[in-house]
Amino acid sequence: MNDVGTVLTDTAIETDGLGKRYKRTWALQDCALHLPAGRIAALVGPNGAGKTTLLHMAVGLLRPDAGSVRIFGKDPYSNAEVLAEIGFVAQETPLYRDFTAQELVTLGGKLNRTWDAALARERLSGLGIAPNLPVGKLSGGQRAQVALALALAKRPRLLLLDEPIAALDPLARHEFMQTLMGAVAETGTTVLLSSHMLADLERACDYLILLQTAHVQLSGSVEDLLETHRTLVGPRTDSEQVPGVAEVIRGSHTDRQSTLLVRTNGPITDPAWIEHEVTLEDLVLAYLAKADTRATRTAWDVKA
Amino acid sequence: MIEFVLDGRSRVSTYMQLVLQVKQALRVGLLEPGDQLPRVREVAGSLAINPNTVLKAYRELEIEGLAEGRPGVGTFVTGTLAGSSLTSQAELREDLVAWLLKAEAAGLSPEDITALIDTTMRAVGSGPVRKEAR
Repeated sequence: MNDVGTVLTDTAIETDGLGKRYKRTWALQDCALHLPAGRIAALVGPNGAGKTTLLHMAVGLLRPDAGSVRIFGKDPYSNAEVLAEIGFVAQETPLYRDFTAQELVTLGGKLNRTWDAALARERLSGLGIAPNLPVGKLSGGQRAQVALALALAKRPRLLLLDEPIAALDPLARHEFMQTLMGAVAETGTTVLLSSHMLADLERACDYLILLQTAHVQLSGSVEDLLETHRTLVGPRTDSEQVPGVAEVIRGSHTDRQSTLLVRTNGPITDPAWIEHEVTLEDLVLAYLAKADTRATRTAWDVKA
Repeated sequence: MIEFVLDGRSRVSTYMQLVLQVKQALRVGLLEPGDQLPRVREVAGSLAINPNTVLKAYRELEIEGLAEGRPGVGTFVTGTLAGSSLTSQAELREDLVAWLLKAEAAGLSPEDITALIDTTMRAVGSGPVRKEAR
């Protein structure tokens, strides 16, 4: 890795064999990711999949037990200067609840090397947030907006958000995403946002990282993923050998018909199969089901 | 200035919905050459969508010669769609009405007809039929 320059500056997050273990359980294992700069990435997966662990290692709060994580080419655990380039909004947007928004903006200026207090004040006033109320008295949606404004005041090159909208009502969720997308349009910040609700992210994200049971199930640009996956409906088949299909991700069968969600490696030429485009949600559900290790009916002694 | 609206139930991709809305506005004369399109920041912020999606839509309009980006200023309409194809449209419509009557006489239901048009359009779009027609 001698040609550091361009390659690394184009990559916001790079992990290689990354793992974290709590006692004997791996919370994240063999995680290989490459998030190009300028993307808005969704980090999706069920609760306990390892999303928070990954984010905490990316922001240098946790030290990896295996492999490595690099942020703009640097290890965040041992490089304080790279932390100045990362904005982080932790789960449930923890803030000092007795402080007012105004005080938090001032405090941030004392704690951070780069700090655009004017920008934070402008954002918060634009959102109509009371400057002199303790943030503990604000609504959940407003508190989330304060946390976002504070993270953006660092003018970060990379913004990490851990389930920022999970606890919000639909309107507050929409408003949060509006602020975030507006800010990204202005700054070009790379974003990695974790959530278990894909619907809210579908229009915001152009990159997907799907975690399940401590492993990366799928990652890539949304455009490429949608381009290379299809749902095929056709006559019942038990064979997974359909020309143009690289892999069957999920299949369901009746006595006459098979429905397959597939990854393609060429055009589906067999006219027996009707091709449908997939949505991001179809894709995520199929990959999650594929790796699902739920107890089968036989384990419950129930007839299928 | 126009304001974009997204159809949440549409299967049409977000960027294409933006492109189609600009084209529709051009067809009905709501947008004219010289008009400015909403800024990327505003569209991304009001619809809560990825700014790259807006950029992609505007780039598509530029490629089609309908708009032009001026660095630091914004994106402006340069082309027009109003009236250009109206005469040929009338003629095509007549052909289509005649064809629809024929399809009805052959016993096709409206669903049959839509399905036929759909599959044919897809087949033509993907190549082979276009070659046959030549």
